[in-house]
Amino acid sequence: MLRSATSTLRRVAAAKAVPVQQVAVRSFSSSMASQNVSFGLNEDQLAIQELARKFTEDEIIPIAAHHDRTGEYPTELIRKAWELGLVNTHVPQKYGGLGLGVFDASLVSEELAYGCSGIQTAIEANGLAEAPLIVAANDSQMKKYLGRMTEEPLMAAYCVTEPGAGSDVAGLQTKAVKKGNKWVINGQKMWITNGGKANWFFVLAKTDANAKTGQAFTGFIVDGDSKGIIVGRKEQNMGQRASDTRGITFEDVEVPEENVLGQVGQGFKIAMGAFDITRPLVAAGAVGLARRAMVEATRYACDRKTMGKAIIEHQAVNFMIADMAIGIEAARQMVWKAGWLKDNGQRNTWEASIAKALASDVAVKSACDAVQVFGGAGFNTEYPVEKLYRDSKIFQIYEGTSQVQRLIIGKGVVDRVMK
Amino acid sequence: MSNLRILVATKRVVDYAVKIRVNAAGSAVETANVKHSMNPFDEIGTEQAIQIKEALVKAKTGTAEVIVVSCGPAKSQETLRTALAMGADRAIHVESDEELQPLAVAKLLKAIVEKEKPDMVILGKQAIDDDSNQTGQMLAGLLNWPQATFASKVELGDKLMTVTREVDGGVETVKAPLPAILTTDLRLNVPRYASLPNIMKAKKKPLAKFTVADLGVDIKPRLQTLKIAEPPKRQGGKLVESVDDLVDKLKNEAKVL
Repeated sequence: MLRSATSTLRRVAAAKAVPVQQVAVRSFSSSMASQNVSFGLNEDQLAIQELARKFTEDEIIPIAAHHDRTGEYPTELIRKAWELGLVNTHVPQKYGGLGLGVFDASLVSEELAYGCSGIQTAIEANGLAEAPLIVAANDSQMKKYLGRMTEEPLMAAYCVTEPGAGSDVAGLQTKAVKKGNKWVINGQKMWITNGGKANWFFVLAKTDANAKTGQAFTGFIVDGDSKGIIVGRKEQNMGQRASDTRGITFEDVEVPEENVLGQVGQGFKIAMGAFDITRPLVAAGAVGLARRAMVEATRYACDRKTMGKAIIEHQAVNFMIADMAIGIEAARQMVWKAGWLKDNGQRNTWEASIAKALASDVAVKSACDAVQVFGGAGFNTEYPVEKLYRDSKIFQIYEGTSQVQRLIIGKGVVDRVMK
Repeated sequence: MSNLRILVATKRVVDYAVKIRVNAAGSAVETANVKHSMNPFDEIGTEQAIQIKEALVKAKTGTAEVIVVSCGPAKSQETLRTALAMGADRAIHVESDEELQPLAVAKLLKAIVEKEKPDMVILGKQAIDDDSNQTGQMLAGLLNWPQATFASKVELGDKLMTVTREVDGGVETVKAPLPAILTTDLRLNVPRYASLPNIMKAKKKPLAKFTVADLGVDIKPRLQTLKIAEPPKRQGGKLVESVDDLVDKLKNEAKVL
């Protein structure tokens, strides 16, 4: 027994003598032959991050509180972001976009959310609506609906959730029926981000009541000015109040055949496939919010004195901030990994779910603790952290609730362990 | 048809927002691991050159080639990339790890001017690290070119520039024939952000490199820094009982009366 233990130790010690980078390449070489792993950003990525950071500092942060208070949509700001190429980053270069991958886009999302996650969500929702098209649209659909997004600062919306079905996508009631060479959509959607501003909608509707979930739905691109679309009132939400969230009713809305996305019956798969692109980005937004909470809490704690010293020197406070850092660093790495996998043509669903589940919990806890660090002032609207706390909660809900993420993650563990 | 060639000089400096400190040896400001960016007045200079180009193109009266140059260590290329991303056409890096004082930079720029033959050279009025406010003026002297410094407004005519300058007494307007030197002041323009598409495009723009030896310039410093120290720490204030007390303290303690 002793001999095998020491020989193991010798082997481990010998392995330690090899530079860490080499070991990493060796262990990955079987599945990711030519893909190098790096935990750093290259020159371009640093430039992208720098632009987003500067824009956030100069343009978003000064106006975020105003839009939170009034609920006013940040049209002018989004136009400025659009002019700089910070919106619609995924649209392929062929249609006038930058064709950025998920990793690079996540750098932008984190920075914008640092400034205001409400504004970042309004911008991100374009990406969410566009993702199903990037996954499944044909060339003429992409030219028509993605092309226009890069020609003018238009907004779009992803229309899946209903009053009666959020997590239970299989329970969607909105129906699409073929009449001649048109489809007619009837139903009600709810909590649609950019609902009141969208030039077009990606809509998921039931096209076969008798089929299994995987074949029962179809994705449609619906023009926002179609007859029969009734846009509800702007909802008053707890947080991310700059974002525009509405109920949308479809009453005999006609959609031409050429606006069917992919094949009839493929809708569920397409709608879920979009999340592989967008979940890491929503997670990046949560990381940005958490980072803002940490920075604000740290600045306050270094300034505020109690019992003879700056409160940052009281471990009870210091440890809350340390925990924020633990969460932020870990969540960001999962965001990056989920993005990197997708960009390298690998399945990333499991990692994207982990990123989203982790980052959203980190955001809520960090924002909550930031309020705590500020004490009584943290509860007050003159200080920035109460907004962060209100904004944070939705990260555990939209884009797949934390519970749905755990369903995906748990199933994925079984698949990985038992295969 | 006017086709202008504009050379813009830029410097990589410690970012304006950084709280600077004197290094442990007391010999210089600590610059290791500290955020750097383009000198703000040089950003204004780059922006002005691009605006001149855009105005010519819009009016269909010609165009301009904007060449951005920086003298400094390898990292100066970051500054050049920023300028290219803003819209400059090509970049020149004069690489040197030595200390480059304004006279040395002016001589290096003169060598570049003789190679590129620009119609205008735009510089920031001063760098925010040394606050010298010399390079533009020295370059004009070395080239024997007219100069307009502290510009808050520039208009280009036919081989002529009309410049509004902010001076101590107010505002002065001068006219200078091209080729000429311009140094920028704060209110000349608001520099644009480099858009994402332009950041991507900047990678493909040409960046030429020269060494000091290539240009045959003597860059030996003429000035020696004797001492660097932080400003004295601010003392607490004192409460005074009466005006007489105040006057007494101003006279005998602060010695300002």
